Amino acid sequence: MKKNRNVGIVGVGQSAFSSHREDVNQPELINEAVNEALEHAGITLNDVDCVVHGNMELFEMVHQPDMWHTLGTGAYGKETIRVTTGGTTGATLVCVADNLVASGMHDVVMAIGFEKLQEGNTTAGITNMSDPLWGRRLQTGALTGVFAQKAIDKYGEEKAKKAAMKYRIIMDKHAMKNPKAHRRLGLEFDEMDTLAENSPTLVGDLKMIHMCSQSDGACVVIFASEEKAKEICKQPAWIKDHITVHREEAYCAFGDAPHTTTHEYAAQKLFKRNGITSPVDELDVFEMYDPSCWWGIDWISEFMMISSDEAMKLIEDDEIMIGGKIPFNPSGGVIASNPIGATAMVRVAEAALQIMGDAGEHQVPGEVNQALASGFGGVMWTVLLLLTKEAPVWNE
Amino acid sequence: MDSNNDSFVVDGKLALPYQYFAGRTGSRFIIAIRDEKKIKGLECKKCNKVYVPPRATCEHCFCDIKDNWVDLDSTGTVTGFTVVRYEEPHHPVKAPFIQALVKLEGADTPFVHIVQGVPVDEMKTGLKVKAVFAEETTTTIMDISHFEPA
Ligand SMILES: [Zn+2]
Repeated sequence: MKKNRNVGIVGVGQSAFSSHREDVNQPELINEAVNEALEHAGITLNDVDCVVHGNMELFEMVHQPDMWHTLGTGAYGKETIRVTTGGTTGATLVCVADNLVASGMHDVVMAIGFEKLQEGNTTAGITNMSDPLWGRRLQTGALTGVFAQKAIDKYGEEKAKKAAMKYRIIMDKHAMKNPKAHRRLGLEFDEMDTLAENSPTLVGDLKMIHMCSQSDGACVVIFASEEKAKEICKQPAWIKDHITVHREEAYCAFGDAPHTTTHEYAAQKLFKRNGITSPVDELDVFEMYDPSCWWGIDWISEFMMISSDEAMKLIEDDEIMIGGKIPFNPSGGVIASNPIGATAMVRVAEAALQIMGDAGEHQVPGEVNQALASGFGGVMWTVLLLLTKEAPVWNE
Repeated sequence: MDSNNDSFVVDGKLALPYQYFAGRTGSRFIIAIRDEKKIKGLECKKCNKVYVPPRATCEHCFCDIKDNWVDLDSTGTVTGFTVVRYEEPHHPVKAPFIQALVKLEGADTPFVHIVQGVPVDEMKTGLKVKAVFAEETTTTIMDISHFEPA
């Protein structure tokens, strides 16, 4: 693994995330994030060479949204690429922007992730990812109860449900510190049992309270070559490495054959080639794409390469909270805000803000030297990105 | 050539209802037509351009123009047109009818609407037209009923 030249994140912008943004049309929503990112980077549109744009296919029933959105993106007269890879779109946008700058093709690239979930029929769109002959009738979109069952089988009902709700409330406590977050509910740990009991069931043991929101929002991240980044930014967040792993959906659907998940595979390979042997100790923050708290508690062990019991202990001991050993989602994560085409990019944007020291009230205490961000999408698709405070040095 | 009788074709159907949030800027344009029988545009003073339909940012200099409303004349010029000659249930009027790009006096951009009162084979680019407002409003662009020769 070697890069042609280093790439730094120099600007981040996010619209306010909300369940309903009737006050703005799609380009106007995007424009909020574009303006914030340009201001954060201290540059103007004239400095941007290329725009990379993405969201979920079919979600707003708008074809070629990158064309519709030009008035908001500022892409007029610039090279523009549209990328759409489902839930991972935002993370893939980052990979593409990184590649465009690292290759030497462009010096400054602006990536835009967008979604207005309230305008469309998202589950209808998502279920079309399945093969019409073999899988369509099994496909429920993002509402998956199997991860709750998996955790209950593994830990016993009481322990599993407690961990899921603890994780859920930690995410809300983080979201309360993030003014951009969509759902900021002010939950308290002693409400754990009643909250779960009173929440409507979605599928099996997956309840509404466990699940991510459906949000409207846009995220913009600006990338610059090392030379340019150092010129315009006091502390860029450097993109050291990223990896994309995906697999077909129907693998082992009803079987118990052991398999490596895309998260495990991505983590093992990324950490190995970056000399990371103990992620919990070596990473300073992790923005994880967690569509529900059941997925959240399951994936800690997969990404951190630790046992399930060790992962449980991290939750129980508040080590995934801001101030803990490895804070997860200081932003509140996907459970708090989920404008899907932007969501995976928000993970990277928030990890970058932590390194830049610009996360505001949800800034984690202490130095952030290495930050991890993940994207997740259908059906099993992982993008994992490693960001650093020091510009990477590449050995020949 | 071999027959394909041994190959399935799987029938499917997608139902994808959706909404589009017009936003405050787009909404204000329609509301002015509905309530005041007035067509408004947004002006970029820097670029000296007036946009109809309105857009919150200037497409040339990208600055925020969403508060620079100007009233426009309801007369304009046809800059291009097509004739719709087939029937569809969702058409607003019976075919054949003319869909034209109309650039209003004082505007720099044209927008699409229906032109009536001209025989289809006499329709020409450059025709001067004026807006006829709908008697019954629907809070859509059809609150302008159509354009007719001025
Ligand atoms: Zn202008």
